[in-house]
Amino acid sequence: MVRVIAVAVAVAALLLAAWVFLLAWRSRPIGRAVLAGAGVVEALILAQVIGAIALVARGERADEPLTFVLYLIASVVALPLGAWWAVGERSRSGTAVLGVAALVVAVMVQRLQQTWS
Amino acid sequence: MTTETAAAAATAGGTPPEGTPGARRTASGPGRLLVAVYAVFAVAATSRALVQIITKFHEAPVAYLLSALAGVVYILATIGLTRSSAVGRRLATAACATELVGVLTVGTLSVVDRDLFPDEAVWSVYGQGYFFLPVVLPALGLWWLRRTARPTPPAGRPA
Repeated sequence: MVRVIAVAVAVAALLLAAWVFLLAWRSRPIGRAVLAGAGVVEALILAQVIGAIALVARGERADEPLTFVLYLIASVVALPLGAWWAVGERSRSGTAVLGVAALVVAVMVQRLQQTWS
Repeated sequence: MTTETAAAAATAGGTPPEGTPGARRTASGPGRLLVAVYAVFAVAATSRALVQIITKFHEAPVAYLLSALAGVVYILATIGLTRSSAVGRRLATAACATELVGVLTVGTLSVVDRDLFPDEAVWSVYGQGYFFLPVVLPALGLWWLRRTARPTPPAGRPA
């Protein structure tokens, strides 16, 4: 794993989660700003995927390749799915859904690090 | 008089959105968050169990099969909670109840006899590997199903 990108994704995802939960606590709906923030985190995740592909192409391997690939896929789809389910209802809980998705991303990155030696 | 009775009937009957008459939708409000967390567990438990069964089934068959069962239960609970029909509600209730019994049984067994589960299952030690959410989720789910089974509070009629 490219450590720098992994750390960046984890930090960005946790910041996004904090931001979203603050919005949820204040009963605010998901707005454009926070969706843009989620977009930034997603871009970092995609950079991580590209980095992982590059490492594998160079001959490096994860300890558990299948698990690694599944975690990678989960990290990519978590935010889009979370955002879709979050904007479906303009309520405090609807907003909090995106926060859960951001936490899932943080956990996925941590698990990815574990499966990569 | 006709207008009065018509108006009275309209208010008394109310307008249940859809699904079970008088019941609230289980996938809205806090239920939306519950569905999201259940979906995460459904995907996590199922895929993890599948990977374990494919790659190293002989190491801890009981633990992996139990994880797979947990995954299926989470999938059923997620589907049940997103449906607003009576069938969906029953499915979700059955799934949450199974889950509660499962996590308490497996949790207790794994604490009493560690050799039973050489590798972690989702429900080992009451879901320790998953921040103990496996033991909290079914309780929350059942509570939510009970709460939404009643008509929306300001209905005017005593419950």
